[in-house]
Amino acid sequence: MSDTTHEEHHDGPHASGMWRWLTTTNHKDIGTLYLVFSLIMFLVGGTMALIIRTELFQPGLQLVDPHFFNQMTTMHALVMIFGALMPAFVGLANWQIPLMVGAPDMALPRMNNWSFWILPPAFLLLLGTLFMPGGAPAGGWTLYPPLILQTGDAFPFVVFSLHMLGASSILGAINIIVTITNMRAPGMGFMKMPLFVWTWLITAYLLIGAMPVLAGAITMLLTDRYFDTSFFLAAGGGDPVMFQHIFWFFGHPEVYILILPAFGIISQVIPTFSRKPLFGYVSMVIATSAIAFLSYVVWAHHMFTVGMPAAGMLFFMITTMFIAVPTGVKIFNWLATMWRGSISFETPMLFAVAFVILFTIGGFSGLMLALVPADIEYHDTYFVVAHFHYVLVPGAIFGVIAGVYYWLPKWTGHMYNETLGKWHFWLSTIFVNILFFPQHFLGLASMPRRIPDYSVQFTEFNMISTVGAFGFGLSQLLFVWMLVKCVKGGEKASTEVWDDPQGLEWTVPSPAPYHTFETAPKV
Amino acid sequence: MYRSKAHGRWLFIGIAAAALAIATPAAADWALDFPASATELGNKVRGLHHLALIICVVIGIIVFGVLGYSLVKFRKSQGAQAAKFSHSTKAEIVWTVIPVLILVGLAIPTARVLIEMEDTQAADLRIKVTGYQWKWRYEYLDHGISFFSNIDDASNAASILGAGLELHEHYLRDVDKPMVVPVGKKVKLQLTSNDVIHAWWVPEFYVKRDAVPGTINETWFKAEKTGTYRGQCAELCGRGHGFMPIVVEVMEQDEYDAWVAGLTAPAEPEALEEPEAAVSQIAPAAAGGASSR
Ligand code: HEM
Ligand SMILES: [Cu+2]
Ligand SMILES: [Cu+2]
Repeated sequence: MSDTTHEEHHDGPHASGMWRWLTTTNHKDIGTLYLVFSLIMFLVGGTMALIIRTELFQPGLQLVDPHFFNQMTTMHALVMIFGALMPAFVGLANWQIPLMVGAPDMALPRMNNWSFWILPPAFLLLLGTLFMPGGAPAGGWTLYPPLILQTGDAFPFVVFSLHMLGASSILGAINIIVTITNMRAPGMGFMKMPLFVWTWLITAYLLIGAMPVLAGAITMLLTDRYFDTSFFLAAGGGDPVMFQHIFWFFGHPEVYILILPAFGIISQVIPTFSRKPLFGYVSMVIATSAIAFLSYVVWAHHMFTVGMPAAGMLFFMITTMFIAVPTGVKIFNWLATMWRGSISFETPMLFAVAFVILFTIGGFSGLMLALVPADIEYHDTYFVVAHFHYVLVPGAIFGVIAGVYYWLPKWTGHMYNETLGKWHFWLSTIFVNILFFPQHFLGLASMPRRIPDYSVQFTEFNMISTVGAFGFGLSQLLFVWMLVKCVKGGEKASTEVWDDPQGLEWTVPSPAPYHTFETAPKV
Repeated sequence: MYRSKAHGRWLFIGIAAAALAIATPAAADWALDFPASATELGNKVRGLHHLALIICVVIGIIVFGVLGYSLVKFRKSQGAQAAKFSHSTKAEIVWTVIPVLILVGLAIPTARVLIEMEDTQAADLRIKVTGYQWKWRYEYLDHGISFFSNIDDASNAASILGAGLELHEHYLRDVDKPMVVPVGKKVKLQLTSNDVIHAWWVPEFYVKRDAVPGTINETWFKAEKTGTYRGQCAELCGRGHGFMPIVVEVMEQDEYDAWVAGLTAPAEPEALEEPEAAVSQIAPAAAGGASSR
């Protein structure tokens, strides 16, 4: 990588306009594409959530037909998971991993372009199913047969688009692994890598392990529907429950794919704003690896009501409970990092602190869900909805937002507007709790999830939750506004941006030039 | 159809606070916890839930207390100087081992309840429960009684999009013909399904089990008190998933015997109707075909 090639003499993109973005192999361009795409999908998925919450504002059907409601819950989840969260993390990886390990670009730049450009057509296809006869898939994001096989004409398109999303993720993961293992600056051993790089390395392995399993499961669905196989059809000797085992063997690692990079971001942000090195670096790495390993042996905790031998349930209960140990280690390490630090509350830090608190609440409900006899009562109620939204919204999404505020000055060369950032933070944090906290009570009072209409005793908490949803949704418009303003201009950011932050990304100028680390830095 | 109503959503939000204040008192029960249990086992489950909740609250108070203290005490604006330490093997061992101990302490009572829960032997009565899109069928294997249980007409009419009818107290939680069982008897349910996966759930019994096509799942309950208990399907099963309630009437043994006698005495009573005869109104005309919906 040392010889300067002809191309590298330029310091900007080679093409302009649409052509630049279509053909770019630059990690910063591709990172930007991923992040913009993710933001658009976040708004699309959010609109679907607001349709759901509007229908649930009061009992009785007012807005949508139950079948359309089911399409909304299914599509909301698919769009948020595969369209908003995963691309956001890959976008952050693209921008930051080369900058953080001192590499000139990702290891496989053309593949990088390809893995992004698979996404827009895949989502056009997926969203297009809303307009097909029979509508979009309406069997839940978990795609359980036999119900999912009742999807209308959209069915093969859904399967195909999920295959494309899986391919994109696998290509992205390969690229990240190759970059991290081969392109670190001289002197940066594995145990010197920033935690964001570590968590992404582990996540990439999870992706490579999990996505092909999903691909297998949906391919079997496809052949069950069109080629007379009976993998999951009881009438032909198959077993619908087998699908659930395969799905969750993908699905549980998937939920950790959605949180580990956020752990990494939080582990970058908290030390910077505590002005103190991260506490327990080694145990952070070990805990992340332990979580990744355990995530492959807990899948059946999603299936405690499906009918399993008691010994099986005990096994999955115990493995699930033990995930709480490495998760706890991470939280304690963050607390210890702040302990006796010199803390300031810029927007990234505010989101990081909220993450620590609210993710922990989601972890608590996770622990409760692990207890089989209690889970049998919680399962498929709003208690579960509250659990996974706590870990995913003020967890994973707040992690992404913290990362965006943290690195935005490096990307754009401008400081974001701190007042807007603080408003965005406080409104988001207050409304996200109004939105999701009452859902715990709804679940305990026995409101099932995935219903378009409910009996009257659930009215009050549903109303509160819907108010929270609109508050949260509208607050995100502040985020968009802040982003636009920051890209357009604002106070010039210095090279360091923050108060003595650690890491190679803070040694290049702001905005980071189009090509960085053409000669590797020394660590 | 829903576009014309889209503006109404803004109205909803506008009046949200007001609506909350005037919400009908009959409906306002603000339940914050699991329902009281109607079974002994359910009480144990509820106990586990409380145990886990208390453990979480205590840990939460400690963790958030330490966090809050740090945020107040170690602020740069208060002149805090950052220390330099970055690990402590002792602390790390402590906060790994203590959680392990707590978890083991929690797992043991939980495992006990689980094993009790899974013991379906020595039942007094067996009922086969079959899920259909979107109703339940109950077959009393010991008596040869069999009937479908559909959502009640009042709920059904009011649940049509934009019906605007008044919602009764048990809206969506009432049926035409409930399951009937004797009090204090161990009832074993054998669950299966005719089409997609459903789940039979009565919250106050603390029983929820999937009805899976091609499989028979077993579970049981023993109701300690007479009365009417309400639940609903808990596994997404299509368009009518929100509209397949479950009602169980728990009676004294003699009342139950009379109920059985009423259904079995004359030859060929209402048992064994054909499924088509009782297709719920909310089901579209072609209950199975995908493209027709
Ligand atoms: C302490 C760690 C955690 C534990 C012990 C835990 C446990 C569980 C359990 C037992 C369930 C199944 C509940 C049911 O369906 O009855 C569940 C559901 C779920 N969890 Fe967690 N969880 C933890 C952390 C997380 C994290 C970090 C994420 C993602 C960021 C996550 C995302 C989800 C999702 C998406 C579901 C629901 C999936 C669905 O049914 O649609 N959980 N969790
Ligand atoms: Cu899981
Ligand atoms: Cu159902």
